[in-house]
Amino acid sequence: MSSLDVNKTYKLFIGGAFPRSESGRVYEIKGANKKFLANPALASRKDLRDAVVAAKSAQSGWANATAFNRGQILYRIAEIMQGRSEQFVEEICALEGITTKAAKLQVAEAIDTWVWYSGWCDKLSSVSGSQNQVSGPFYNFTTPEALGVIALFAEGKPSLLGAVRTLAPVLAGGNSAILIASESYPLPAITLGEVIATSDVPGGVVNILTGKASELLPWVGSHMEIDGVDVAGLNKKQEDEIKLVGADNLKRISRFAPGNHPERILSFMEHKTIWHPIGI
Amino acid sequence: MSDFEYANAPESKAIANISPNYGLFIGGKFVDPKKGKSFSTINPATEELLSKVGYGDKSDIDAAVRSARAAYTKIWSKMPAKERGKYLYRIARIMQERAREFAVVETLDNGKPIRESRDTDIPLAAAHFFYHAGWADKLEYAGFGSKPKPLGVVGQIIPWNFPLLMLAWKIAPALAAGNTVVLKPAETTPLTALLFAEVCQQAGLPDGVVNIVTGDGITGAALVNHPDINKVAFTGSTEVGKAIARSISATKKTATLELGGKAANLVFEDAAVDEAVEGIINGIFFNQGHVCCAGSRLIIQENVADEVLEKLKKRMSLIRVGDPMDKNTDLGAINSKEQLNKIEEISKTGDAEGANRWSPDIKLPTKGFWYPPTIFTGVTQSHRIAREEIFGPVLSVLTFRTPAEAIEKANNTMYGLSAGIWSDKGAKVLWAAKQLKAGVIWSNTFNKFDPASPFGGYKESGWGREGGRHGLAGYLISDSKVNK
Repeated sequence: MSSLDVNKTYKLFIGGAFPRSESGRVYEIKGANKKFLANPALASRKDLRDAVVAAKSAQSGWANATAFNRGQILYRIAEIMQGRSEQFVEEICALEGITTKAAKLQVAEAIDTWVWYSGWCDKLSSVSGSQNQVSGPFYNFTTPEALGVIALFAEGKPSLLGAVRTLAPVLAGGNSAILIASESYPLPAITLGEVIATSDVPGGVVNILTGKASELLPWVGSHMEIDGVDVAGLNKKQEDEIKLVGADNLKRISRFAPGNHPERILSFMEHKTIWHPIGI
Repeated sequence: MSDFEYANAPESKAIANISPNYGLFIGGKFVDPKKGKSFSTINPATEELLSKVGYGDKSDIDAAVRSARAAYTKIWSKMPAKERGKYLYRIARIMQERAREFAVVETLDNGKPIRESRDTDIPLAAAHFFYHAGWADKLEYAGFGSKPKPLGVVGQIIPWNFPLLMLAWKIAPALAAGNTVVLKPAETTPLTALLFAEVCQQAGLPDGVVNIVTGDGITGAALVNHPDINKVAFTGSTEVGKAIARSISATKKTATLELGGKAANLVFEDAAVDEAVEGIINGIFFNQGHVCCAGSRLIIQENVADEVLEKLKKRMSLIRVGDPMDKNTDLGAINSKEQLNKIEEISKTGDAEGANRWSPDIKLPTKGFWYPPTIFTGVTQSHRIAREEIFGPVLSVLTFRTPAEAIEKANNTMYGLSAGIWSDKGAKVLWAAKQLKAGVIWSNTFNKFDPASPFGGYKESGWGREGGRHGLAGYLISDSKVNK
């Protein structure tokens, strides 16, 4: 006789812990076959604010870790994901209704994405920085620095890859992140949180919320301690809305071309230029 | 014993051929505004009328954008990049040839000392064109992909504090990258932009590549909201910058914004005090403090504060305030009555909130707009004079005990444009530079600018950079390779 499955409770990921929504709300997710899959948390404004507090307090430690260290931690995420591949494949198949082969490809691509961005961490100032030839006796150089706390609206499908594609570059640049999973396809993002929790990523650097993008959007837009937004999962109307509200603290708001490219890292970095006289 | 006094050393106005009237520069020609309206520009040091310039409204902006679009589609985007660069070189050379004339007109229209317009504004503006001329046919090596493309037509709005230099910061990279422009100069300082229009004519620049529409904030808003511009480049207040961000939020337009600042100038106990004092003076009194990156918050380590302040006051007493056309003048006129009122209003809150005001005993001219070099000591972080951009020769002084406290205070602002560090200890300078949330850090120097050096702010000081390789990014669409 087979034993009954022990199903997972999908919760939020905030400050390195897995709390339920403070609001006590959940919503139902059905699989591609219309059968019940899970009741993930329906995150509230307060959950978002808690996530910002966690992200803000973790950010400087993450940015000040050596780039080599950050690179190794991103690589570690890939390692742990590899070990959990089958779980992700199963989850994606049930949720998206795609073939096992297609789901395996998606997981492999997500793992490769972590590896690709891992290698970027200690090359950013070589590629995007400069020593500037000013006309005078000055040493003058420009280096990229993390922007701060970035909110990410993940794409729906591909569910896992969509989340990784937006999260990995933001971490590579030394930012902390609040990933708002797709409303319809949230489950792999939460499982990704479990991977991150066991990959030496300091608590608070990554926070994952599930729920309605439309409900959280105005609060993300108006929060003065969110510095940037990736609008990948928002429609044009929602993008316009967050740009309007986000002007209050001049948030850096971006939508990227599909695929992986350093623009995804550098758009959430600031360039600092330092002058110093040369002389005796 | 009598003091040695400086003799007057006035620069001649004769070189400035200011026309009594100017039209708008659209399609390579000076044209009358469609509604025929004009406004006056005056010399803020004497309040004398300098010229009447055209007031551009929505219909004039529309004509300018059409002209820029036609020039972009038919000429500028098709021209070999090498030739585009050569036009920019021509412009740089003509600006150098006419440098003294530009300097005199700038000082008359703006009120800044001739020494600054002659030695800083105009040479840097010409250098900006020369620098970007060289980029025009090398963009594929700039790190934005193998075939970066221009955006199209760019609407540009500039402030009155460095009229020609800000024009150069805007127009040179835009043109080098292959865009055409419509530029709106500041209401109180339109003249050097109109002189620049003549330079474009002398350089044979194709009609419509550069269009200049003078006017006020309404003119600027018409430009920002014109449906056929691809990008807005703005330098000015954070308030207006946010309004621009809002008004383009539902469009495909991009923007670079160079906005306000409230720079911390940190003096550590191991600083070379005499050099630091010169740096403080330059930081806040350069260009009458009408500088977005001015070192307007002096934050001194407590154990050297008395010594620094004593020397600072002594040095401030030697600042020569007066006729901007005198080559010995250090501090010129405040650019407008409106700006003078603003400086007075915020400074009065310093008195009211309990800070201690000090100015040297200086006699100000009776005509024109003037404000003495001023410091406030005993300033706390919540005082308005420690939080708001004054944009005048007014310095707020705070103190700190530990380096960590210095950084905490320096970063306690919504702005993040620039900061200064004074210390003779290299490791400490680099430590502080790393902690400061600002786009430009001057260590053991202040207010240095160069076309090759990116300039721009963190946080609410704006979006993007101007100058250097990084400044080109705002005028190009990258086609850098996507992995997969």
